[in-house]
Amino acid sequence: MNIIVCIKQVPDTAEIKINPETNTLMREGVPSIINPFDLNAIEAALQIREQSGGKISVLTMGPPQAEASLRDAIAMGADEAVLLSDKAFAGSDTWATSYTLAKAIEKLGADIIFCGKQAIDGDTAQVGPETAEFLNIPHISYIRKIEEVSDNSIRVQRLMDEGYDIVESGLPVLLTVVKELNEPRMPSLKGKMAAKKAEIKVMGFADIEADENSLGLKGSPTQVKNIFAPELKAERKMIEGSPEEQVDSLIRELKAIKCI
Amino acid sequence: MPVVVNLDKCTGCETCLESCPYDAIVMKDGKAVINEYCNECMTCLSVCPEGAIIETLDAAAREESLRTKAKFADYRDVLVFAEQREGEIAAVSYELLGAGRRLADKRDVGLYAVLLGTGEKEAGELIKWGADKVILCSDSSLTQFNDDSYAQILTEVIQKYKPSIVLAGATPVGRSFLPRVAAKVRTGLTADCTSLEIDSETGNLLQVRPAFGGNIMATILCPDYRPQMATVRPRVMKKGEYQEDRTGEIINMSTDSISCRTQVIETVKEVSEISVNLHEAEFIIAGGRGVGGEKGFKMLEELAEVLGGVVGASRAAVDEGWVSYSHQVGQTGKTVNPKIYIACGISGAVQHLVGMQSSDMIIAINKNPDAPIFNVATYGIVGDMFEIVPLLTKKIKEAKGL
Ligand SMILES: Cc1cc2nc3c(=O)[nH]c(=O)nc-3n(C[C@H](O)[C@H](O)[C@H](O)COP(=O)(O)OP(=O)(O)OC[C@H]3O[C@@H](n4cnc5c(N)ncnc54)[C@H](O)[C@@H]3O)c2cc1C
Ligand SMILES: Nc1ncnc2c1ncn2[C@@H]1O[C@H](COP(=O)(O)O)[C@@H](O)[C@H]1O
Repeated sequence: MNIIVCIKQVPDTAEIKINPETNTLMREGVPSIINPFDLNAIEAALQIREQSGGKISVLTMGPPQAEASLRDAIAMGADEAVLLSDKAFAGSDTWATSYTLAKAIEKLGADIIFCGKQAIDGDTAQVGPETAEFLNIPHISYIRKIEEVSDNSIRVQRLMDEGYDIVESGLPVLLTVVKELNEPRMPSLKGKMAAKKAEIKVMGFADIEADENSLGLKGSPTQVKNIFAPELKAERKMIEGSPEEQVDSLIRELKAIKCI
Repeated sequence: MPVVVNLDKCTGCETCLESCPYDAIVMKDGKAVINEYCNECMTCLSVCPEGAIIETLDAAAREESLRTKAKFADYRDVLVFAEQREGEIAAVSYELLGAGRRLADKRDVGLYAVLLGTGEKEAGELIKWGADKVILCSDSSLTQFNDDSYAQILTEVIQKYKPSIVLAGATPVGRSFLPRVAAKVRTGLTADCTSLEIDSETGNLLQVRPAFGGNIMATILCPDYRPQMATVRPRVMKKGEYQEDRTGEIINMSTDSISCRTQVIETVKEVSEISVNLHEAEFIIAGGRGVGGEKGFKMLEELAEVLGGVVGASRAAVDEGWVSYSHQVGQTGKTVNPKIYIACGISGAVQHLVGMQSSDMIIAINKNPDAPIFNVATYGIVGDMFEIVPLLTKKIKEAKGL
C-alpha cells in the first residue's frame, strides 16, 4: 500500500494579529506549523501502515523553508518526503495548487492520498477534492472514522451537517480528514533522529509533466483584489445608569419592538 | 467599459439605441448608458449626432478586452445549486435563491436552479422562491450525496447553459463537490463567501470571504474565467421573497451517462437538539468566560426560559467545560442569526463575532467598557452580569405577567 499525505506549512493563525493601521496581517514572529488537520492525516496514514504495511510519503508544495514541516512529518513516522518547489509554482490559488500536486502525485503513484479537511490559513477546503479531480480518482471529504481498509477498497464515515454517512470507495482514493478522526502522535526520539538524517526529495517544474500556463499566478483563475479587517456594524447605543435603570431602559426598548 | 457616453454631450435622442446590434445601450435618467453586453463593435460612435460616444482604450488594451469579451459573451445567467436532504429542500437553498435573484436582477439575466434527487413539487417551490428555471434530475439514486455523480451533472449543466455565476451552499455537500466541478471546467472557486456583489464597472463578481481563522476578510475575483463560482456560508444571505403565484419552467434532465465510484452504504442521523434550537431560536442568550462557571450558565438558562430562547456560548466557556461544544457559536462553532442575541461576559473576539454578527439585534453585557463586543452591539450595558441578568429575568417575568 502506497500512501501519500499532502501537508501544508501554515502560520499558526491563533497567534496572528492584524496591524490596525495598515489592515494587514502581522506575520512576523508567528511560528510556522504543520496545518493541524494534516497532522490527523499523517496519523491516519501511520495507523493504516501499522495495520497492513506499506510506505508513507509526505508531499508539500511550498517555498524551500517548507522542508521543516516535512522533517516534522518524518519525525512522526513517515518514510519519505517530497518538497515540490519552484519559482513557477509561486502565487498558486487552489486550482493551480491542486493541478501541480496532482502532477507530482502522478509521478509518485499512490493507492490512498490523504489531505487535511482544510488549511487554517486559507480555510478553503478545496485542494483535496480538486486534486482528486485532476487525478481522475474519487474522493471522500470530512472523514471522521476509517472503518475498513482492504487492498482494493475502503469504508469510511463521512461527517455531514446532520450526522454522518458510511461511504465505500475503490482504490485509489483521496480522503480529506477532520479532527475527530484521531489524536496525532508526538514524534518519537527515533523519529527525530531519522528526521535529521532524512534526505528530502525536491521536485520542480522540470520533474513533472505540467502545462506551464496552468501553474502559479499565471495558472490561477482567482485573484485576491484586497484584504481588509472584518467590518463591524456600529449602531451601538450604550445604556447608562444604575443596574436597575439599565434593565428598565432595555425592557422599554424590547417592548417598543414588541419582543416582550 | 472601453466605450462610454459623454453625459454632458448626450441629448437623449436615442439614435444610438437602434444602432446597437447587442442591445447594450439603455436609457437612464434621459441619457444613454452602455452596459456590459457591449461588444465594442463601435457602430454607435459614428451614429451619434453629437459625437457623445467615445472610445477610451488604446489598440492593444482594446484587443485584449475584446478577446475576453468574446470568451464571455455566451456566459450570462446566474445558477444556484439547490441542496436537498432526504428529498426536502435545505434552508441554504432559499438563501442562495435570495442572493442569486439579487445578482441576476442587477445583471438583468435569468436565475437557474439545479435540483437533484427529488421531484417536481420541490422544483416548483424553488420557482416560488425566485428561480426562473429549474433543471431537475429526479433520479432517486441522487437523493444521497456522492461527489462523482453530483460533480458530473453540475459540470454538464454548466457546459450546456453557460452561466456567468454559479453558487452553492458552503455545506459539507457544496464544499466537497464544487471543487471537482471547478477543476473540470477550469475556473476559479471561492470558498465560504459571506458577501457577493457585482462590480458595476466590470460586471465581475466581488466575492468576500473570511481567511486566517476569521482574522481578516478578502475580496476575491475571477476576472478571466467563466463561470465565476462560489460557495456561500449558510445563514448569512437573506432568503428571497416567496410568491405563491410565481411561474417558471422545469427542465427535466436525464442521468443515463452518470457513473459513480463511491457508494453511500448508510446515512446516520446525529443531530443534537441544541443545534436545531440554536438555528431556529428567536432569542439566544450566550455566555463567555465572564459567566464564571456552570452556576452562571444556570442564570442564563433562566433568562432563556422566560424569553423562550436557547443558551449559546463562546469557545472559552466551552473549553472551560461549563457547557458542551454543541452550544458554541463562532468560526469553529455555529453561525446563528436570531432576532435577539444577548452576549453575557463575552469579549467579542472576531472568531466569535463571525458567528453571530448577522443577528437582527445584539445586546452586550460586559463589565469592561472597552470590550470589542460593544462594537457590534445594538445596545450595550457596561455592568456586572451577575447583577444585570437576574434583574432582567425578574423584570421580563413581571412584564410578561409570569
Ligand atoms: C482558529 C480559532 C477559532 C476560534 N473559534 C471560535 C469560535 O467558534 N467561537 C468563539 O467564541 N471563539 C472562538 N475562538 C476563540 C476566540 O478567539 C476567543 O478566545 C474567545 O471567543 C473568547 O471567549 P470569551 O469572550 O468568552 O472570553 P474572554 O475573551 O476571556 O472574555 C471574557 C469577557 O467577560 C467579561 N466579564 C468578566 N466577568 C464579567 C462579569 N461578571 N460581568 C460581565 N462581564 C464580565 C470580561 O470583561 C471579558 O470581556 C477561536 C480562536 C481561534 C484561534
Ligand atoms: N501547498 C500545499 N502542499 C501540499 N498540500 C496542500 C497544499 N495546500 C493544501 N494542501 C492540502 O489540502 C488540504 C486543504 O487545503 P486548503 O484547500 O488550502 O484548505 C490541506 O489540509 C493539505 O492536506
